[in-house]
Amino acid sequence: MVISAKNLGLTFQTGDGTVEALKDVNLEIKAGEFVSFIGPSGCGKTTFLRVIADLEQPTAGTITVDGKTPAEARKARAYGYVFQSPALFPWRTVEKNVALPLEIVGMDRRQAAAHIARTLELVELGGFEKKYPWQLSGGMQQRVSIARALAFDANLLLMDEPFGALDEIVRDRLNEQLSALWQRTAMTIAFVTHSIPEAVYLSTKIVVMSPRPGRVIDIIDSPLPKERPLDIRESAEFLALAHRVREGLRAGHSEDS
Amino acid sequence: MSAQSPSARNETSQSETRWPRQPFTPLQLAIGLAVALFSLGTLAAGLTVGTPNYPIALFGALALATVARFWWPVSFWLDFALFLYGTGILFSALGAGGEIGSSFWLALATLWLLAWLFAERLSQAIAGGSASARFGFIVPTLFGISILLVWELITRGAGIPTILLPPPSMIFDRIMNSWPILLADFRQTILKAVLVGYVLGSGAGFLVAIAIDRSPFLKRGLLPLGNFVAALPIIGIAPIMVMWFGFDWQSKAAVVIVMTFFPMLVSTIAGLNASGHIERDLMRTYAAGYFSTLLRLRLPAAAPMIFNALKINTTLALIGAIVAEFFGTPTVGMGFRISTEVGRMNVDMVWAEIAMAAVVGSAFYGLVTLIERAVTFWHPTVRDGRA
Repeated sequence: MVISAKNLGLTFQTGDGTVEALKDVNLEIKAGEFVSFIGPSGCGKTTFLRVIADLEQPTAGTITVDGKTPAEARKARAYGYVFQSPALFPWRTVEKNVALPLEIVGMDRRQAAAHIARTLELVELGGFEKKYPWQLSGGMQQRVSIARALAFDANLLLMDEPFGALDEIVRDRLNEQLSALWQRTAMTIAFVTHSIPEAVYLSTKIVVMSPRPGRVIDIIDSPLPKERPLDIRESAEFLALAHRVREGLRAGHSEDS
Repeated sequence: MSAQSPSARNETSQSETRWPRQPFTPLQLAIGLAVALFSLGTLAAGLTVGTPNYPIALFGALALATVARFWWPVSFWLDFALFLYGTGILFSALGAGGEIGSSFWLALATLWLLAWLFAERLSQAIAGGSASARFGFIVPTLFGISILLVWELITRGAGIPTILLPPPSMIFDRIMNSWPILLADFRQTILKAVLVGYVLGSGAGFLVAIAIDRSPFLKRGLLPLGNFVAALPIIGIAPIMVMWFGFDWQSKAAVVIVMTFFPMLVSTIAGLNASGHIERDLMRTYAAGYFSTLLRLRLPAAAPMIFNALKINTTLALIGAIVAEFFGTPTVGMGFRISTEVGRMNVDMVWAEIAMAAVVGSAFYGLVTLIERAVTFWHPTVRDGRA
């Protein structure tokens, strides 16, 4: 079990009272799964990802990552994290940006160079090593940030709406590439999104969440095959799955109002 | 340089003889008319007022002839040639020692208008692509030179007492004749007080900023102290520093340290907080330590603000060192020279020191700016043209 959460809860203290960002979340993610978290804003999907990454501290329940606490997992560099914005360092070239985690880990240069070449190849950015991030398009920048998250071969990739800021055409292409990448590498991926087609297209498991308090209302195992061309999105199974996710989201909302 | 742009087409049409063919902006039209008016006045005054001054009248006549520009293509280089010619005429009129009358002043006005018109038309031609961009340096250079020329001609023509404002030529002579003194002052004030104070003051501001950033306790204690030091008037602390550190450059360097410390402190603290939350979270996911994050993320992100402080500090250091020398110094130094020479009515020496301070200050600032551009090449304000 890569991630195992039991009765996980997190409350924020704000100026006008407490906010229950997460309440009684129970979830298990197995190795090699592609799990999407979907729900309206405020449902705690990003917060849950940040708890896994030890960027937020839960206030109730327990969670293990790779059998360790999130803090131990973070210090063991057990995961790569892709943020909503690329967050590349503008003073570093593409290559040096991908090298950043390797420098911090203290990998020697020759070994690092091989890693960088390989990960840039994975996101199809070979040939752009010497460019600066501000010389690239938004989609390419986000691919660099994915390469950076892959650089030190963690088996767990956490992605927080990585394609949210991109247009639909670029997004479709990146989804296809991400799916191919996941099939090739056998990583475990936790992916936050608020796009139903994106979640259904990519995932083996879809976690539907609802706000106030943030909680899991449905966990759907996808019957779709592992191999997924883009036109699978017109198949009957795909549409049925998307329908079920939409129903789940709607149910979450009606409970809320 | 596209030959298809509208203004380029307009400029090339100068070579055609069809009428009308020259594009005048309203401003150029107005300056051109003013040139005509003033040159007419120059011509008339040169011939009729007091003893006739034929060279000036001739210059007036030539300048008046450029009215032809409204019907016929007249190259802007002709305006430039006339400007040079008129300058020579006016200097020879001054040298001849005759009376300086209305024709002189009208000619000076004409001269200045010609220079302006030339600069306008040259800029237009460069922007339109019909003149090489290599001439771009002429416009700012001409601006500086014409200010010096007008200054020279007015101070000498009107016989302004040199105590009030010496002509630039006199200041230049003084600079040329006083190299050893100026060099000694430069060594004392710039190489010792300014440089040492600048490096120590900026360096201390930087280090204290990092210490404050590391410890919230220091933030509460040191930041108000820094604030307090910054509020101290330089006029007040300079004599105290002389009492503490003696008459030589050390006390001036101390004043510079006090003056440059705070801008650096505040800018560095602000710069260290300039990196985004996401970037800092990113470093956290790598389990990067404090110094690793500082070195790889926060200092590079702070560089633009740190360089702002370094630039401000170049001028502050110069001001601090010069003013501090007013309060006791060995008999050398730029501030010392200014305060004593003004007392001896040697105003040209005062201006020579001011000129040196201006040149050194600009060079210092320019050097820091060059380093800044090399270090923060990635910043949106610098990278234009590279993306």
